Amino acid sequence: MNDVITIIDYGMGNLGSIQNMFKRIKVESEITGDIEKIKRSTKILLPGVGAFDAAMERIAEKGLKEVLDKKALEEKIPVMGICLGMQLLTRSSEEGKLPGLGWLQADTLKFNLPNPSLKIPHMGWNYVHGKNPGLLIENLPADPQFYFVHSYHVQCHNPNDVLTTTQYGIEFHSIIQHQNIYGAQFHPEKSHKFGMKIFENFARL
Amino acid sequence: MLKTRVIPCLQLIGESLVKTVKFKNPAYIGDPINTVRIFNELEVDELCFLDIRASEEGREPPFEILQQISNECFMPLSYGGGVKDFETAKKIFSIGFEKIVINTQAFHQLDFITQLSTHFGAQAVVASIDAKKNFFGKYSVFINDGTQKIDLDVVEWAKKLEQAGAGEILITSMDREGTWSGFDIELTKKISQAVGVPVIANGGAGSVGDIEEVVKKGEASAVCLGSMVVFQQKGMGVLVSFPDKKKLREVLK
Repeated sequence: MNDVITIIDYGMGNLGSIQNMFKRIKVESEITGDIEKIKRSTKILLPGVGAFDAAMERIAEKGLKEVLDKKALEEKIPVMGICLGMQLLTRSSEEGKLPGLGWLQADTLKFNLPNPSLKIPHMGWNYVHGKNPGLLIENLPADPQFYFVHSYHVQCHNPNDVLTTTQYGIEFHSIIQHQNIYGAQFHPEKSHKFGMKIFENFARL
Repeated sequence: MLKTRVIPCLQLIGESLVKTVKFKNPAYIGDPINTVRIFNELEVDELCFLDIRASEEGREPPFEILQQISNECFMPLSYGGGVKDFETAKKIFSIGFEKIVINTQAFHQLDFITQLSTHFGAQAVVASIDAKKNFFGKYSVFINDGTQKIDLDVVEWAKKLEQAGAGEILITSMDREGTWSGFDIELTKKISQAVGVPVIANGGAGSVGDIEEVVKKGEASAVCLGSMVVFQQKGMGVLVSFPDKKKLREVLK
């Protein structure tokens, strides 16, 4: 029996398509911003679209920081951040001034691209290349590719935390894992069969 | 590296899927939900829906259909047509679309683009331009589904839309739309060279070769396909399909 995935609603980004994809792969999920419900959660998905500081402010306003820290760092339940949610896992972002959740040794940097013809945001389908094995990336269909939309990227300081990298002018870290903390820079919920596999793998953890 | 996005662009009139030629004579294609199921199976890169009459008829977007589309599709989705205010845009985003296409309303209220871009991010705002080449080889800009000519230079207008906060420009050649005769390379190139944001070429796709040409010569970041993905061939019956992916990958290398 899979855990119910608790999708954290702190008012950033649309969560309907994430829940739709879980429905499609027959995994139960719940969208909530309620502290009591989050306290009881056993698996957390941290979504997010928008600006780093705005997201950290919302998390603070809703009083979610403490409960999220406890779930991630003390109870060590599986937590996955996607898109902006992955960047929030890091210590800081060049996009904002507020500190991130800081659950792993990583920071979020602005794309510094050597080729001026490359546009920012990095938007569209791109490939991921395996660096370290991990349950989250097991049994992906051939040529794994995902839908990305972002102007900043995560840089892990511990190479062991990098599961995949992606090329866009530079090589950046597209799927990361440190113990129970997982991050994916792309939108699994918009990456059809490839995204479904990532969500399935997360549900099975 | 990033793949060039090849986007089926599907025209709606309310709850029906249609296809026009040069913005005229909409032919009925079928039920949008059945069609998107096929595109879901085909695992296309992205889908764009335009209600081509919503602005002109002063109608709201077909929210119910959009909701059903969003429940079915696990790929990026954009919608345009009749989005005039913040609340309508918000509703479409909350349905699960990640981009909104703005055309007519940008002309009436340029800061609408800015408002959406500030709140939802530039990546969520596609500014659309419908352009037609006139007798003297100059491009005229039209709004309201090509029914109203406005006095703007197409390149200047694209730059203004970018400055206002548009994250992408969708450029449609009214002369080529629905004709299978290839994209307007000159028009696409003019816009691509004038703006820094991605430019999506629309209107005229008839073959994989046309796609290659507008990407390589027209410098388009992405392309829209209309007739090609809903008809068997020019002048033939309805067939929902997508060009051979291997072939596409080869020409877009």
